[in-house]
Amino acid sequence: MNRHLISAGDLGKDDALLILDTAEELARVSERSIKKLPTLRGRTVVNLFFEDSTRTRISFEAAAKRLSADVINFSAKGSSVSKGESLKDTALTLEAMGADAVVIRHGASGAPHRLANWVHGSVVNAGDGTHEHPTQALLDAFSMRRRLGGLDGRKVTIVGDVLHSRVARSNVLLLATLGADVTLVAPPTLLPVSIDTWPCAVSYDLDAVLPKSDVVMMLRVQKERMNAAYFPSEREYSRRYGLDRDRFAKMPDEAIVMHPGPMNRGMEIAAEVADSPRSTIVEQVANGVTIRMAVLYLLLGGETS
Amino acid sequence: MVSSAVSDSSTSDSSPDQTPLSRAVLESPDIHRALTRIAHEILERTKGADGVVLLGIPTRGATLARRLGDRIERFEGVKIPVGSIDITMYRDDLRLRPARPLGHTELPPDGIDGRIVVLVDDVLYSGRTVRAALDALNDLGRPTAVQLATLVDRGHRELPIRADYVGKNLPTAKSEKVKVYLQETDGRDAVLLMKEDAK
Repeated sequence: MNRHLISAGDLGKDDALLILDTAEELARVSERSIKKLPTLRGRTVVNLFFEDSTRTRISFEAAAKRLSADVINFSAKGSSVSKGESLKDTALTLEAMGADAVVIRHGASGAPHRLANWVHGSVVNAGDGTHEHPTQALLDAFSMRRRLGGLDGRKVTIVGDVLHSRVARSNVLLLATLGADVTLVAPPTLLPVSIDTWPCAVSYDLDAVLPKSDVVMMLRVQKERMNAAYFPSEREYSRRYGLDRDRFAKMPDEAIVMHPGPMNRGMEIAAEVADSPRSTIVEQVANGVTIRMAVLYLLLGGETS
Repeated sequence: MVSSAVSDSSTSDSSPDQTPLSRAVLESPDIHRALTRIAHEILERTKGADGVVLLGIPTRGATLARRLGDRIERFEGVKIPVGSIDITMYRDDLRLRPARPLGHTELPPDGIDGRIVVLVDDVLYSGRTVRAALDALNDLGRPTAVQLATLVDRGHRELPIRADYVGKNLPTAKSEKVKVYLQETDGRDAVLLMKEDAK
């Protein structure tokens, strides 16, 4: 394992499987009456969140606390960042407080990479701009593996706003490493220009891809990042790329539906699809804590000099 | 010497070569006899193994626990719950080495509350593994009693811990290593005593 987790692409197959196997053992901790392990006693984990996030921050916080680490939450609102402090000065402040790991979410792609050069502890990317969100990809792979058994040769379809999605990029990189076949489905306007360099296939026709999918992952349409007209109307987007009841019926019987949340019900996914037993959306949240425990344990549990 | 105690019991090297630097202290029939005796002792001391749960410490302790469970069932016709308890997250030497992969914890469906837990390990050395196992048990439930069974007790305790059931007491020097091989994981049954520089 590297000292940092910045990109899902940094993980080799052995590293990725080690994280998933570790998470498999740690999943049982959540079922015990005492949901706590003493492993990271005396270690400090800083959650450094420059962007709003509820589930990811809470998930990292729960994971660190279950491993007995001390957690310091730092959100940019109401902090010295709003007084104009730079990322580097913030990092040095945290360093001086003795942070063993910094979990960073930042609006700028590449911020965790910069941070890793300034601090001695481990840096975990919790989402940077439109770049990557590796722990989300890991928890998605973990959720798929628990439902489907293995990932090798599985057909995963990722649908929606790929252009603004760090989840899509991390998932494509990790799933390719784990041997799954990924197909991205999106309107041409919502695909990045460099898409032909990604290790995946691309389609514009959701209905053609659905019957061949083991996993369908719906992405949220990120209106807050959209500064241009990427599609004519929400209704048209929903008609062509939304997962409604009729499309759900075209999927194979064992295929599962995923969504990284938060969902726009009725937009990219119909409510009854999101609530079906074949949807893993609630499981993904629980698995998020487990996978983050595995990542923090593997980064901080051993010698860290 | 904590770390060498660890590697003794968790090594996965196969093909144990007999060299002048290593000799077999227990062969397959010896191991079988020792386990048979321990199974009888557990039955005797717990008056028929009523309420007993066997918990092996991975990897080889878990294998030994299964073998003991099979024997007890054969001798008395009672099926006692057998599980495993991974102690990695409770070790006191985690920071001395890179993070290790976790072993498997498998508790019996009825848990361990109010039971007599017999911990099973292959080699008892510093006692630190057993201490970690006691800590782990503490988070999993409240047994009425905890006992310890080990295939080999090689001495050199660093904590006030002793075994209730011992397969063989083996006098060793701290510079020596004890390696346990079991059919299920290593393809043969043997306990080897090796000099420090043996590869």
